[in-house]
Amino acid sequence: MAKLPSTIFNMVMTLVIVSLLSGGSLALMNEATKEPIRQALYQKQLEAIKAVLPEFQNDPVGELANATSEGGQALECYPARDAEGNLLGMAVKSVSPRGYSGDIWLMVGFKADGSLHGVQVLEHHETPGLGTKMADSPFKDQFIGKNPADFDLRVKKDGGQVDAITAATISSRAYGDAIERAYQAFLQQKSAFEAQP
Amino acid sequence: MTHSENFTKGFFKENAVFVLLLGMCPTLGVTTTAFNGLGMGLATTFVLVMSNIVVALVKDLVPDKVRIPTFVVIIASFVAIVEMGLQAYIPFLYEQLGLFIPLIVVNCIILGRAESFASKNSVLPSMIDGLSMGLGFAMALTMLGTVREILGSGSVFGLSFVPQGATTILIFVMPPGAFIALGYLIAGINALQARARKPKPVAAKAPEPLPAN
Repeated sequence: MAKLPSTIFNMVMTLVIVSLLSGGSLALMNEATKEPIRQALYQKQLEAIKAVLPEFQNDPVGELANATSEGGQALECYPARDAEGNLLGMAVKSVSPRGYSGDIWLMVGFKADGSLHGVQVLEHHETPGLGTKMADSPFKDQFIGKNPADFDLRVKKDGGQVDAITAATISSRAYGDAIERAYQAFLQQKSAFEAQP
Repeated sequence: MTHSENFTKGFFKENAVFVLLLGMCPTLGVTTTAFNGLGMGLATTFVLVMSNIVVALVKDLVPDKVRIPTFVVIIASFVAIVEMGLQAYIPFLYEQLGLFIPLIVVNCIILGRAESFASKNSVLPSMIDGLSMGLGFAMALTMLGTVREILGSGSVFGLSFVPQGATTILIFVMPPGAFIALGYLIAGINALQARARKPKPVAAKAPEPLPAN
């Protein structure tokens, strides 16, 4: 079969048909994967909430409320309650823009008294092998049980109490920053959650 | 060229990474661990095989002057399909590879095979060519990822063999380490091939593929 000659008509028709076919197949694929993608993201968020909160009896996702941090960013707050509806703690999805390369998203879990129960890294773009260690022991363990009210979340280099990761001070700072923002959101939301069991 | 010759060429004789030095961006960017290298290699293989098949099918229907834009649209569509598929069904790998999946579009090896092979051959050889080049690419990325992971993180495929907190050679998980490791790998492979070509191999030891530092 001979090749089609390169006339304007042939060229335009070829590109139109190819683009249509490509657009159509992408639309189909998008339809097919929309639901699984949403499920995967939701599942991840739910697991992170479970991991950072004390054992709860309610549906934290159903009681989602937003707190506003500095800069006007809305932070999602998820309350944990016992069977009687008393507030046991709160998970806050927090973000710091001060990462080494881009935003760092954390799920930060507080007990009702404000002390940290657990922290999970949701998303980051830090240097593999350096900044990525923020998700591992021993760095993340130093925060557990500490109360940001009397624990300075800045790194020691800046006069705080956090042992920074070797060669990843910026990532460590951003991690502390995200927890600090989460703590502010916790203080904002706490009374509202306690008021509505 | 027989089918088996066609299939084996991508691994050594015309290996995309070690011989042709194409597709350096994903090669250097994602190979911080062996698993990432393998994942990227397999995603690229899928795109390469599919785009080669489609290009071989439509090659006679596409006027010469618009063949490159047509090939690019075909490749970009398959990359978008891979991206959505990974995000939906293997979210773990999607997070690891992140930005590099859309960048498969600009991997020269894919457009290169569409232009230099699939647009001149029929479907079956084009499919074998895509499989060969793609798996050769995956093999190279996995090798590079393994070397960098062993030296930089002290683990293989995520299984650590050094105690927690042990000092590893961090530079190998960072971008400069990618260049260093790749350079030594290419040197090692060139040396092996040079030795294989000689009628009487000299007793000289093959150079150490891993750098001393």
